[in-house]
Amino acid sequence: MIEAGYNFGYLDENTKRMIRRALLQAVALPGYQVPFGSREMPLPYGWGTGGIQVTASIIGADDTLKVIDQGADDTTNAVSIRRFFNRVTGVATTEHTAEATIIQTRHRVPEAKLREGQVLVYQVPMPEPLFRLEPRVAETKRMHALADYGLMHVKLYEDIAQHGAATTSYNYPVLVNGRYLMSPSPIPAFDNPKLDMMPALQLFGAGREKRIYAVPPYTEVRSLDFEDHPFQPARADAACVICGARDSYLDELIVDDGGKRHFVCSDTDYCASRPPLVEAAA
Amino acid sequence: MSALLTAEGLHLHFGKVAALDDVALEIHPGEVVAIVGESGSGKTTLLRVLAGMMAPQQGQVLYAGEDVHAMGEAARRRLMRSDWGFVHQNPRDGLRLRVSAGGNVGERLMAAGARHYGNIRAEATEWLKRVEIDPARIDDMPLQFSGGMQQRLQIARTLVTRPKLVFMDEPTGGLDVSVQARLLDLIRALVAELGLAVLIVTHDIAAARLLAHRMLVMRRGQVVEQGLTDRVLDDPQHPYTQLLVSSVLAA
Amino acid sequence: MSAIRTEGLSKDFTLHLQGGIRIPVLRDVDLAVAPGECVALAGPSGAGKSTLMRCLYGNYGAGSGHVWVSHDGREVDITNADAREVRAVRRDTLGYVSQFLRVIPRVPTQQIVAEPLMARGAGREEAMAHAAALLKRLNLPATLHGLPPATFSGGEQQRVNLARGFAPGYPVLLLDEPTASLDAANREVVVALIAEAKRAGTAIIGIFHDTEVRDRVADRLYEVAPLQDAA
Repeated sequence: MIEAGYNFGYLDENTKRMIRRALLQAVALPGYQVPFGSREMPLPYGWGTGGIQVTASIIGADDTLKVIDQGADDTTNAVSIRRFFNRVTGVATTEHTAEATIIQTRHRVPEAKLREGQVLVYQVPMPEPLFRLEPRVAETKRMHALADYGLMHVKLYEDIAQHGAATTSYNYPVLVNGRYLMSPSPIPAFDNPKLDMMPALQLFGAGREKRIYAVPPYTEVRSLDFEDHPFQPARADAACVICGARDSYLDELIVDDGGKRHFVCSDTDYCASRPPLVEAAA
Repeated sequence: MSALLTAEGLHLHFGKVAALDDVALEIHPGEVVAIVGESGSGKTTLLRVLAGMMAPQQGQVLYAGEDVHAMGEAARRRLMRSDWGFVHQNPRDGLRLRVSAGGNVGERLMAAGARHYGNIRAEATEWLKRVEIDPARIDDMPLQFSGGMQQRLQIARTLVTRPKLVFMDEPTGGLDVSVQARLLDLIRALVAELGLAVLIVTHDIAAARLLAHRMLVMRRGQVVEQGLTDRVLDDPQHPYTQLLVSSVLAA
Repeated sequence: MSAIRTEGLSKDFTLHLQGGIRIPVLRDVDLAVAPGECVALAGPSGAGKSTLMRCLYGNYGAGSGHVWVSHDGREVDITNADAREVRAVRRDTLGYVSQFLRVIPRVPTQQIVAEPLMARGAGREEAMAHAAALLKRLNLPATLHGLPPATFSGGEQQRVNLARGFAPGYPVLLLDEPTASLDAANREVVVALIAEAKRAGTAIIGIFHDTEVRDRVADRLYEVAPLQDAA
């Protein structure tokens, strides 16, 4: 049931068409940042306005929506975005990755393998992977146009020189389809390999920066590295205290004043889908 | 031996001011050519036009037979990071200040496709030595360096890919006299060793005498005199060159 | 064929900063020097001997006439050859020892002497060894070879200059007051070097303030006469 007075998906049809055109261009040019006329949304920039506009433009009455924030379905941001779409579209929502047709995410890729037909919508705070290195926007555009990406390797070089290894543990830059350098949004580097040849369509929306980009299904996505310092997705060397998983990305919890640490799966759906450990085994 | 860079009939006017008035120039491999003249004579404009950074209103610049201004930005950039180098007067314009010395030197290697960290670092170390910067400072930021060191770092960064032609815009301009001498000598030695062609813009006659084989004197957008450096400086023909030379203390 | 010859060489200076006044210095100089011959320029001071030397080297342009240098099997006119060709002639054929050493900052003495040799294709070690031997012969102790000559005395700098000029064995050598600031012992060394160069076929043109030295080395004199008052 759509709340009275709202168009389906909150945005008006012209805006949705405009965004879909940008999305088509983005899919046609994997990794290329397409400018779009980002609209004011009923929540502030930084809360996922880019992702919401993308979702609003592609969602249909038959879709099933899942929203996660740092992997969790039950955090404030995820809950409010899910409820927002429920109110303005009336579509079904779910917390199960496998059941969803559209998954909007902030800062994670679900652990469960996505399949063809699913769409993963990323909320992106800063779409420009070069922005910390080259402050001039016009110059970064030229660098993309000319695939002039030596500078990005300079950043990697600096990491290794200063810290002995690539220290970028999230938002680790990738080269899409051998052409465009792309920010995967602030997902952990651990998730980067999941982007490569993913069967699902990946769409990225940056509301404040007014950019949309995409990775079509089965597209090569390579994390930048050096021959003698290959990319290594980092993960805490521990098991989830709830489900015992050793293959999932973990959140670290400090559980008492003595600094005792626990690790739990960041992907709550994945964790819940596994048989819980017996207390003693933890 | 054919010319590396050839410019013909260059014209560029800023309103009524002629920055370039029918300028022609040739540079051959291994040749060091100085462009001298006072501020506003058009020498920096000429350098920028020759380096493809600014388009002339008339005339053309050929590099290895290709029209620099017709080749498109991608090709020009490729040239700028392979065959060419540009040394700015202010090292801060030519360096990445938030990137370590090693990263600054390595950037051109990486832009040229180097993807082996160890090799890049070894090459950077070697070049710091060549420009007389202690390799122990490879991970220091340029802002921790003195002005002279920054300029030497910029030179290392430019020469690391062994360009054929280097444009230098007043490379010793902002430096103390004592530091200038060291830098000039370093440039002189590297240029000879690598067999570089260099086009250097300077108003420092002594620097031009030390470095350049050949010299062009510019005034109001025109080349008023050119020839062997010592011929131009010791037997200047044009009134303006005579004035320029006589204004220098024992060059 | 002469090693070097001039043909109707004239030279004026026009001083634009002094109201365009013209000073004629050389008129119709015809001088030819054969390989192995040493010609001393004679004439009162101010007659234009140094100007002639500089014209021969291409350091001064000529007003009219030609300076032909035998280079690489042909004659090159220094007065209108392009800069690259003049450089090639200076590298391979034409040497010039001026009165004063133009010091290059930070470059050690031995290297200053070895550089023209290396420019002609000699190996570094060979060139450095040759430079050291020549400097030693000119009584410049080995302790000075590694130092830049900026702080040397006038006589020491002159000897560095001479070593640099004699080291490559140019077919044509121009000497401007080569013994001016030297003591008797070093003058003897220079006289010997000139004799050796002549035997090796070098054509030498020199200005010698010291008539005793001049008479010992020169095969003949060439008179450079002062011109009448400025036109």
